[in-house]
Amino acid sequence: MSALAVAGAIEAGLLFSLVALGVYLSFRVLNFPDLTVDGSFPLGAAATAVAIIHGVDPFLATAIGTFAGCCAGFVSAYLNVRFRILNLLAGILTMVALYSINLRVMGRPNISLYGEDTIFTAFEGLIDLGIWTTSAILLVIAVVMKLLVDWFLGTQVGLALRASGENPAMARAQSVSNGRMTLVGMTVSNALVGLAGSLFAQSQGVADVSLGIGTIVTGLAALIIGETLLGSVKVFWATLGCLIGALLYRLFIAAALSAGFLGIQAQDLNLVTAVVVAIAVILSQARRNSRFKLWPKMRSLLMDTQPQKG
Amino acid sequence: MLSICDAFVTFNPGTPLAVPALRGVDLDIKEGQFVTVIGTNGAGKSTLLSAVAGDVRLDKGGIYIDGHDVTNWRTEQRASMIGRVFQEPRAGTCSGLTVEENLALAASRGSNRSLRNALGGGRQRRQLADQLSRLDMGLEDRLGAMAGTLSGGQRQALSLLMATLLPMKILILDEHTAALDPGAAATVLALSAEITGEQKLTTLMVTHSMRNSLDYGDRTIMMNSGRILLDVHGDKRKGYDVPDLLDLFKKTTGTEVEDDQLILA
Repeated sequence: MSALAVAGAIEAGLLFSLVALGVYLSFRVLNFPDLTVDGSFPLGAAATAVAIIHGVDPFLATAIGTFAGCCAGFVSAYLNVRFRILNLLAGILTMVALYSINLRVMGRPNISLYGEDTIFTAFEGLIDLGIWTTSAILLVIAVVMKLLVDWFLGTQVGLALRASGENPAMARAQSVSNGRMTLVGMTVSNALVGLAGSLFAQSQGVADVSLGIGTIVTGLAALIIGETLLGSVKVFWATLGCLIGALLYRLFIAAALSAGFLGIQAQDLNLVTAVVVAIAVILSQARRNSRFKLWPKMRSLLMDTQPQKG
Repeated sequence: MLSICDAFVTFNPGTPLAVPALRGVDLDIKEGQFVTVIGTNGAGKSTLLSAVAGDVRLDKGGIYIDGHDVTNWRTEQRASMIGRVFQEPRAGTCSGLTVEENLALAASRGSNRSLRNALGGGRQRRQLADQLSRLDMGLEDRLGAMAGTLSGGQRQALSLLMATLLPMKILILDEHTAALDPGAAATVLALSAEITGEQKLTTLMVTHSMRNSLDYGDRTIMMNSGRILLDVHGDKRKGYDVPDLLDLFKKTTGTEVEDDQLILA
């Protein structure tokens, strides 16, 4: 695997670690299976790209992309809280609507940012690490976001948010408005995803309407890998797991692609991601539930230790 | 302090499954009074508590706490006036939060939560540890432990502490020892009596045990099919024993108490 491929995988991994942080907030902390992500990721990219080609300062453009993500998350949460639409469906509705909105925002299916000023070109004069420059900037952003999420979940609002996701009845009894917490949590979660989309467009030099497909599954894959490696109980480790999980996942994909493992090609990425997530979920269930029969069978199959019939 | 006026609640109204749960309950509780509520299954005890807490809305009637008409307030709006311990130990605490975080959440009940750090410095921690040490369960040394790792009795004691951490108008105990083993139940009951007595809390406690309903508190009400059947307090109550309650039940309803658990417990 070439150094360029590794650098690319690390960039993608760091970008998706922001998605994983967002997915951690919605899926795990709030207990809200949020599919808005597939729409808010390209929305962040689209809003930032349009702003940049209109000459907006890249930092402001990044903020605009992030804010666009906020709005998307708020809409899903509002549909769920105010109109009692099932959380899964609320996310799907927003995601579908966002496909059209993203086309409207961009005015065409994709926008190239080639030769435009981005936050990465702004740093180019300050640090020069060759092909690793973008990765270095993204690493700083990812770590800062991880620490911000840690801090946020430790505040009074953060505690209320965690209680609301885990035990809504108890949260109510402690004067927490579960509806308000869903709105806050979903807004913050999709802000992270919008930021990821915005940085994706700037680092890869393109915003595309089909960018979002599979974002949620990649985010989940990263989250689950992180949880498996570092545990999910303490916030600090769970968010660190998002970073490490996303990095490992993209490195693994890049290795598989470059080695021609099983003939995997770039277009198979979403299939591989879905299969990896499915296997990870099945295995984690099998570990929890001893009645689940697949695991012993699979283990005996793998280890070739079929019990002898007497 | 707490007035319930002509309260009616029907579950699944207008369907063949309609269940009248409260059928005209009138109750006035004075400040500092400790009321125990007893009744057979389906008598409406828990519905009454849920109506006071806000989880169940009245079809008719009103609820007043400390002069405020809270009939149409949501649970979280009433929470600043109400401390509550649930029946199920897992219901009153958050498994994924540490002991300290659970207490911090309770400490901000009723106030506007901000982006300030929820866990205070060493002084607040020592105060919380002091509070925990009175439970005599060693929890003061486990501030950083997840609440999910505590035993049922410990969680219920923690719930009780969380419910009574801040000044409030009414403490609601909803069969809060029913899910515990006898030893832990006795400990938590004794703690409840100690804390309510100390802070002179207006308390509403549902219990399944006739014995406890007379041993604790200063007023006992017995419910049956959505109504208050008996209401005894003062000197009259002091002379009462479990058989007297059973007799009274038989006299008023013309039937025996069928719920064995109620008598034996």
